[in-house]
Amino acid sequence: MKREPIAGAGAGVGVRVDPETLRVRTLNSHQLLRGGDLQGANQPAHLEGTELEQYVQERVVTTTLDTAVAWARSNSFFPLAFGLACCAMEQFHAAGPRMDIARFGFEAFRASPRQADLIILAGRVSIKMAPIIRRLYDQMLEPKWAISMGACCSSMGVFNNYALVPSDKFMPVDVHVPGCPPRPEALMHGVLKLRKMVQDDPDMSWRERYGASGTEEVLPGA
Amino acid sequence: MSPVEQPPTEASAVSEYRRREQSITLSALGGPAVESTEDRGTAMTQELLTLNFGPHHPATHGVLRLLVTLQGEVVRDIKPIVGYVHTGIEKTAEDKSYWKVIPVVERMDYLSYYFNAMAFCGAVETLLEVDVPKRAQYLRVIHLELNRIASHLIWLGTSALDLGAVSIFLYCLRERELILDLFEMSSGQRMHTRYFQVGGVIEDIPTGFDAKLREFLKVMPERADQYGAILSANEIFLQRLRGICPLDAETLLSLGVTGPLLRAAGNPWDLRKADPYCSYEDFEFKIPVGTVGDNYDRFAVRLAEIYESVKIITQALDGLPEGPHITTDRKVALPPRHELATSMEALIHHFKLVTEGFRVPPGEAYFPIESPRGELGCFVRSDGSSKPARVHMRDPSFVNLQAFSSMAEGAYIADMIATLAMLDPILGGIDR
Amino acid sequence: MPDATGLELIGQELGDAVLDTVFFRERATLVIDPPSVRRVLAGLREHGYSFMASLHGVDYYPEEPRLGVIYELLDMSRVDRIAVKLRLPLDAAEVDSAMPDLPQDPGWPTANHQEREVYDMFGVVFRGHPDLRRILMPEDYEGHPQRRDFPLGGEPVLFTFNDTDLPRSSA
Repeated sequence: MKREPIAGAGAGVGVRVDPETLRVRTLNSHQLLRGGDLQGANQPAHLEGTELEQYVQERVVTTTLDTAVAWARSNSFFPLAFGLACCAMEQFHAAGPRMDIARFGFEAFRASPRQADLIILAGRVSIKMAPIIRRLYDQMLEPKWAISMGACCSSMGVFNNYALVPSDKFMPVDVHVPGCPPRPEALMHGVLKLRKMVQDDPDMSWRERYGASGTEEVLPGA
Repeated sequence: MSPVEQPPTEASAVSEYRRREQSITLSALGGPAVESTEDRGTAMTQELLTLNFGPHHPATHGVLRLLVTLQGEVVRDIKPIVGYVHTGIEKTAEDKSYWKVIPVVERMDYLSYYFNAMAFCGAVETLLEVDVPKRAQYLRVIHLELNRIASHLIWLGTSALDLGAVSIFLYCLRERELILDLFEMSSGQRMHTRYFQVGGVIEDIPTGFDAKLREFLKVMPERADQYGAILSANEIFLQRLRGICPLDAETLLSLGVTGPLLRAAGNPWDLRKADPYCSYEDFEFKIPVGTVGDNYDRFAVRLAEIYESVKIITQALDGLPEGPHITTDRKVALPPRHELATSMEALIHHFKLVTEGFRVPPGEAYFPIESPRGELGCFVRSDGSSKPARVHMRDPSFVNLQAFSSMAEGAYIADMIATLAMLDPILGGIDR
Repeated sequence: MPDATGLELIGQELGDAVLDTVFFRERATLVIDPPSVRRVLAGLREHGYSFMASLHGVDYYPEEPRLGVIYELLDMSRVDRIAVKLRLPLDAAEVDSAMPDLPQDPGWPTANHQEREVYDMFGVVFRGHPDLRRILMPEDYEGHPQRRDFPLGGEPVLFTFNDTDLPRSSA
């Protein structure tokens, strides 16, 4: 008669207690993977051929290295703590308690450009500031992305005058977020669009993008 | 150094720039920049180090560049370099009709947007000699004081963030979300709402606004108590702020500093009480005044101002009179939409106002108000056309920044950062 | 605000430095002769106007003299404001700085950044200012932006139909 293993602490973790002899046995990972229990009655017999393939397919995910790396990269942007003007206030709110950017894992705003991979240009870029931003962008390590937040840095915004530079003129920008200032939800939408861009298109490698100095179009359906 | 500009060649201009950037005048020390100390028989020389707190820095509030001359860890001289977010707002304002200037000017001091609009509208209303109805004045006061609370919340959050108290930042943002919800309710936008217009406000408040505002007013003093409880008795906070970088009221006045900095030093100058505008004389509130003028007093004064603003809003909401929300002078304010279907004159006025804008009689006006950072004044010169000939905002942060080097001389770098946080500069206002 | 008669009295006291007094919308303005600016400011300080609230420039194009510098003074004890205005022609745009301490006349330290801004935006040179250089524009910028004949500038907004210069990525 088949005895069920005693369910208790350790059940499902890899510790089994033999109900008859009350001996504790730990399973190694190999046995766990095979759904091992004590009696061995449910242990699959030595699998071969298509059965083995099917068994493995149910339990293992295969992918390309590019896709896996893209998935990891897209889910762990480290934004650069960079706010210029009013949009920076809405950027704070995107990191704030209501529109929590930490839900997606992007709350690690780094102060140093060497440690960041996403620069969110929040605010108006004046002619005095533009070379500095370019230098910051150059200091960031590959792969890096840029979001131009707000109307002032995407196009000239409210102030189309001598003192401002649109960000497309001096650095490659991936996503433009319109608004003056864009709501935190809008910024999140932009960041998530960037995440999808990076996730879906592992061919859009950083070498290619860096070579192309223009803006990227978001693929339809993204 | 000759200040008169000769037309520079490009190379000489760049080298001139570098030369000026490197020249530091040592107001504190005078004399050559080397001190020698005897240390166990070997002569040690100390040099002054010039460190650049670049425009991109996590602890400068915005893109402020500081050239700090250090002797060891002690600050000897600070030269602030601004202009990194200069937007040419005053020049843009000359190109737009008067009501189109309001959104442009709002984006100057980007945390106190209602105050920028109020100063400009006040100056234009002075030139036009229009009366602002009482209801509009009370609505303006409500929004101004809400904006004051919101500005102080961001100040508190970012200053505490600089000093290491990260959770206060999130708490303050939670409150600020409530305030921005209220702004969204009354005007449709969270920031830069274009709510104030010349002659009043653009729209009356919707029906749920009263209830939601009262809820907020019930919650805000409790939350401010919580912030006070967390911070004011905190050992680290007190050591970082108490007794650090005081500056007396005389020096502050000679440097042109107003606002909470001056009040922390003991001078109770507040334009809302001294020279009331926009019905502030109808409300009863106190002015928090500090004693020593150190960083802790600056912090305490601003925190106390939040309570006072709550009082003002409560009184304004209780006493909100009935009436029009904008002046009835149709040459200045748009007629209500329902009139456009029936009245020909209303249609013509609407057309003229929207296409050309109202004309303002020639003259100059300076309208000062009390913004969260000090005296915010707007100078408008009009030449009789529908576009202003000169709009200048006297921004409080621009003038307060001059006091920074006097405040932080002789302090450590960490104290300098704390002082900068307590100074509450907003670079949008400084650079315009 | 000193009322109209008070303004006239102040004007008479300061003598020939005052070219005109203007009382407009309850605010008083003294139009003075540029070389006597320090004397006028010191005289007003004695009257009690010890706080300089603002120092800003105006371009009166096309009226001559073209540039103007306005000093807003405030008397905190009596809550009184008075403005001092001086007009400068473009080819002689120089005036004494209000900042440095003179032998009989303590300076106004608040004028530091504000005079630099007027220099930057209008080109008015303040003699005696310890550090007169551009504050808002880059140091090597040419031109004075706030003058009325300086163009507003700006960029044509780049859309996909008109940006022919930016290469498209091949991805």
